[in-house]
Amino acid sequence: MAPILQLHAVKAFYGAFEALHGIDVEVEDGGMTVLLGANGAGKTTTLRAVCGMVRSEGDIVFAGEALQRRSTEQIAAMGVAHVPEGRGTFVGLTVEENLRLGAYSRAGKPHDAMTRMYGYFPILADRRRQQAGALSGGEQQMLAIARALMMAPRLLVLDEPSFGLAPRVVEAIFAIIDRIRREQRVSVLLVEQNASLALELADQAYLIETGYVVASGSAKALSDDPQIRRSYLGY
Amino acid sequence: MHLFLQQVFSGLASGAIYASLALALVMIYRATDLVNFAQGEMAMFSTYIAWMLVNAAVPFWAAFALTLVISFIGGMIIERVVIRPVENAPVLAAVVVTIGLLLIFNALAGWLFTYTLQEFPSPFPDRPLFGALLTSRDLGVIAVTLVMLALLFVFFRFTTIGLAMRAAAQNPASARLCGIRVGRMLTIGWGLAAAIGATAGIMVAPILFLDPNMMGGVLLYAFTGALLGGITSPVGAVIGGLIVGVTENLVGTYLIASQLKLTVALILIVIVLVFRPNGLFGTAIVRRV
Repeated sequence: MAPILQLHAVKAFYGAFEALHGIDVEVEDGGMTVLLGANGAGKTTTLRAVCGMVRSEGDIVFAGEALQRRSTEQIAAMGVAHVPEGRGTFVGLTVEENLRLGAYSRAGKPHDAMTRMYGYFPILADRRRQQAGALSGGEQQMLAIARALMMAPRLLVLDEPSFGLAPRVVEAIFAIIDRIRREQRVSVLLVEQNASLALELADQAYLIETGYVVASGSAKALSDDPQIRRSYLGY
Repeated sequence: MHLFLQQVFSGLASGAIYASLALALVMIYRATDLVNFAQGEMAMFSTYIAWMLVNAAVPFWAAFALTLVISFIGGMIIERVVIRPVENAPVLAAVVVTIGLLLIFNALAGWLFTYTLQEFPSPFPDRPLFGALLTSRDLGVIAVTLVMLALLFVFFRFTTIGLAMRAAAQNPASARLCGIRVGRMLTIGWGLAAAIGATAGIMVAPILFLDPNMMGGVLLYAFTGALLGGITSPVGAVIGGLIVGVTENLVGTYLIASQLKLTVALILIVIVLVFRPNGLFGTAIVRRV
């Protein structure tokens, strides 16, 4: 399968500080790639580089088109939906308005897509008139994912969707992500602290440390690697 | 009692004008964290444009509409040319730019139109209504403000572009991730604020007479109204503006000489900042560092 997203020798910078030192990452079309690593390793920075939110060098190619020198809003309109760290919902707007914004770069009425999202996340339908800020953490994460999917993206970029959520909620959210991925034929690039859960669902995995990719391969191979088991899986 | 009600109504009329300008201030503050000190002078300049059109025998309401369009475009150009370069500069730099704009518009108006007071026509006849409780002119000013507020409400609430502007003001990073061009939203926001300000200028000019310094006091009252409403709340700005208008009129009638009325605004600013820094409707601003 051809990759839908390819990063080659990508460096990223915060001001003069180099946070990524030339990394190679791929996401297969219809596949799910997970980035593992400690806090501050450069996982979030990798996602930001893809979406043009940090200055970067090297090649980032999405569906055959170079993403560099494109603005974040152009990249979004090309079909890359990014659910950022901390979810990035519009807390002062209603659930329904958040979803409408997800469909901003799509032509036509968002009604059908919205009905589909309410099917995946029935709780959002109950709360459609409420302000997003009044939702629980798990509901806000669902809203963030639903809003991203409203864009009908080809690539869904998720930054720690489990952050701050109870284990049961995390499992529910990952089950939905897995289902949506198959039904909507959307590829996923995921950053996740919960390594065992992520490796179960993903097909490719990369281990990032201090701005370098230190291990990569199929999720299966990485979860069998004794060193990774010890450091990230805890058994 | 009759005098009291009279003063309340006439206060509501001037309050409506302050509310419009306060709304323009709040719109820009929400979108860019910036108080546009030039908002008043921009409105004054717009009013001169309307004055020129009226003098060129354009019917009043046509001149009014045309002025709003010109102000909208002018506001967008100002954002693009003058504000955009200091977008990421320290806030003090941006504030100085707006003060510079204030001086430029003031001087430009003085140079083009001189500092002589000009009479500006009112579209509304000055007839007493309801046993002289209020004049038809007051009623007209209040009606124009209400219509403008209703249009803005519909725009921000029900149109996609209005929704995108709210999103861009609230969370620019997330808005970009939704594919919203935040820069364009800011440009449109400045255009709208300029058009709202122009409405305030045209409504106030028949009362104050038109001159380049006309909006100085009005801006101070509007700023007080915006602050009273909590600087981040559009509804608060409108209610704050009305409260300021009524307070100003009542205090000027009963307590102090009307020449001292402007101090009411300053006293209100101090009271708000001391006792309720978030205003009536504002939310506390917490910055994460």
